[in-house]
Amino acid sequence: MGVLGVASPRHAALAEGGLWARIRKHRWHYAFLVPMLALFLVFELWPIVATVFYSFYNWDGFGPLTDFVGWDNYVEAIGDPAFGQSFRNTFAFTAAALLIQLPLALGLAMVLNNRALGGRNVYRMLFFLPVVSTTAVVGVVFLILLSPVDGPVNAALTEPGVVDEPINFLGSESLALPTVIAVDLWKVFGVTLVYWLAALQTVPRELLEAAKVDGASRWASFRHVTVPTLIPLGVVIVLLTTIQSFNAFDIVQTMTAGGPGGASEIVQTYIYRTAFDPAQFAPRYGFASAIALMFGVVVALAAALQYLISRRVRDSR
Amino acid sequence: MNHDRTHGPARADTEEVTAAMAATRTNDKLRTGAGAPSQGSAPAGSPGPRPRRRLGRWALHLALIPLAAIWIYPFLWMVSAAFKSQSEMFLGGLDLLPDQVNLDNFARAWDAASFGQYMLNSVIVTFTVVLSVIVISSLAGYGLGRGHLPGKKVLVVLLVATMFIPKVSTIIPIFLVVDALGLDNSLAGVILAEAGPAHVVAILLFMGFFAGIPNELEEAALIDGAGHPRIYARIMLPLAKPVIGTVAIFNFISSWNAFLVPLVFTLTNPELRTLGVGIYAFFGEFSTDWTGLAAAAVLTILPIIVVFLWLQRFFVSGLAGAVKG
Repeated sequence: MGVLGVASPRHAALAEGGLWARIRKHRWHYAFLVPMLALFLVFELWPIVATVFYSFYNWDGFGPLTDFVGWDNYVEAIGDPAFGQSFRNTFAFTAAALLIQLPLALGLAMVLNNRALGGRNVYRMLFFLPVVSTTAVVGVVFLILLSPVDGPVNAALTEPGVVDEPINFLGSESLALPTVIAVDLWKVFGVTLVYWLAALQTVPRELLEAAKVDGASRWASFRHVTVPTLIPLGVVIVLLTTIQSFNAFDIVQTMTAGGPGGASEIVQTYIYRTAFDPAQFAPRYGFASAIALMFGVVVALAAALQYLISRRVRDSR
Repeated sequence: MNHDRTHGPARADTEEVTAAMAATRTNDKLRTGAGAPSQGSAPAGSPGPRPRRRLGRWALHLALIPLAAIWIYPFLWMVSAAFKSQSEMFLGGLDLLPDQVNLDNFARAWDAASFGQYMLNSVIVTFTVVLSVIVISSLAGYGLGRGHLPGKKVLVVLLVATMFIPKVSTIIPIFLVVDALGLDNSLAGVILAEAGPAHVVAILLFMGFFAGIPNELEEAALIDGAGHPRIYARIMLPLAKPVIGTVAIFNFISSWNAFLVPLVFTLTNPELRTLGVGIYAFFGEFSTDWTGLAAAAVLTILPIIVVFLWLQRFFVSGLAGAVKG
């Protein structure tokens, strides 16, 4: 499956035939790429170019782009406290994913990895159920569950007297963000769990048995056998989990739409609001594009950095 | 050629392009029929469980069962509320069993709240998107996997790089492109915006699979006078059933659950809403009709849960393949 194989003899032989000959030889293969390439140009490359372009204009989507404003959109965005807030909130999702979701999922994966545990596939399926559920449904159902007026969660807390007053989880500025993050973790937890379960299969059973025979404690064999084997795949899991944490639009939009007062606003809801929100006076495509571009660059840099680190870790092995 | 193949596996091990590239290897597992992560075998003479360990396992179940029950409580609540009457709901209580089974909520969601229409829209969008993705990605995967064409490396790197761009960052130009095509107020617009952006993982899966098929098969067909379109349609695609299955279920789930794209494209046209957008709008309009919402929620996620339970192994092993290198 040497997809990018460079060293294959056939490849070398073909290179001698000259570039044009190789292109001609593969004309059919190029033809197979045409539908994908056409869509790639229109729906991947053009949007990137267009976003850069729009970001220098003041534009509501109607009529030609005439109102060139230079860096004004960027300056305005950076000066807007809501912009900084939305970035901080977005990274709060990432932090929670990496610091809470990742270790908890590993812990549960290790429990479920125990072959002697009956019904472990049933448990895995149950923990995975939220992943396949429509996020908008999850958001709306949690809105009801967490409602301060007769919501089941508040009923469960007030009836036995755990709390005196119903908690307004989503209406309070201090609780809205942590609540949405918690629901998001619940929703995507199963993905990380399955990643870890797959990674745990690479830990050699013989090595663990040997450690046991040698009288190593559970912690010692985890620390010295499991962890070192998990690192290469673990780095990939960190990357995938990070990227996933940037995709919280659905849950935030359905649960709080960024409120109250921007307390749970993430960059994606901020972009949506400035570009599409019907409550907005007029769409601000130029301004939204500037934010989208800055966000895209930050995410791409974060991902590229992690990717490079992961390559390093893998190569060093 | 022989030479090429003997070096195949070794090369594959050194070429870790990205996590997604690793996903190309899923098909290896699917082909050998070992879907679930279970390699290596337990030692043949392993002793039976000792009493102490059995006790430990019971303790684990004792911890896991309540945890799993709390975990899926939202689903239990949803199903229970969907069958409760509105008056029973307002009396509150945490009872999950309704006094009597009541189907009014479903009727209300289906007709008054237009979930019948939304369901139809979701079905149309999802099936068209899944079909388009399979056709486009398998064609591209064939071109990239079977030919050693110049520019392939650059193209693959470019494709992988686009995976790191957040969807929201490009939604404005995509919206404007679809708008310019005159499709902004149609399901075709939703479909195009969902199927248009490259489905990189699907392309890489097909590419990896087709690259692994022995050359003899293709050469024999070429000698018999078959062209590439015929080889693709008659030989390669039928062999790629496991990959088609994986790609189909992943895209089925993501398209059925899609929110941002259908939301943006149906803002001015409620009849075009898909189920996810529909339930969001429902809550906006009737935020106190909890039982009706619960019924709509059940209608929305029931098809996806059924499909998931049916094809679970494909899905889980596909995800696991994204990690395994």
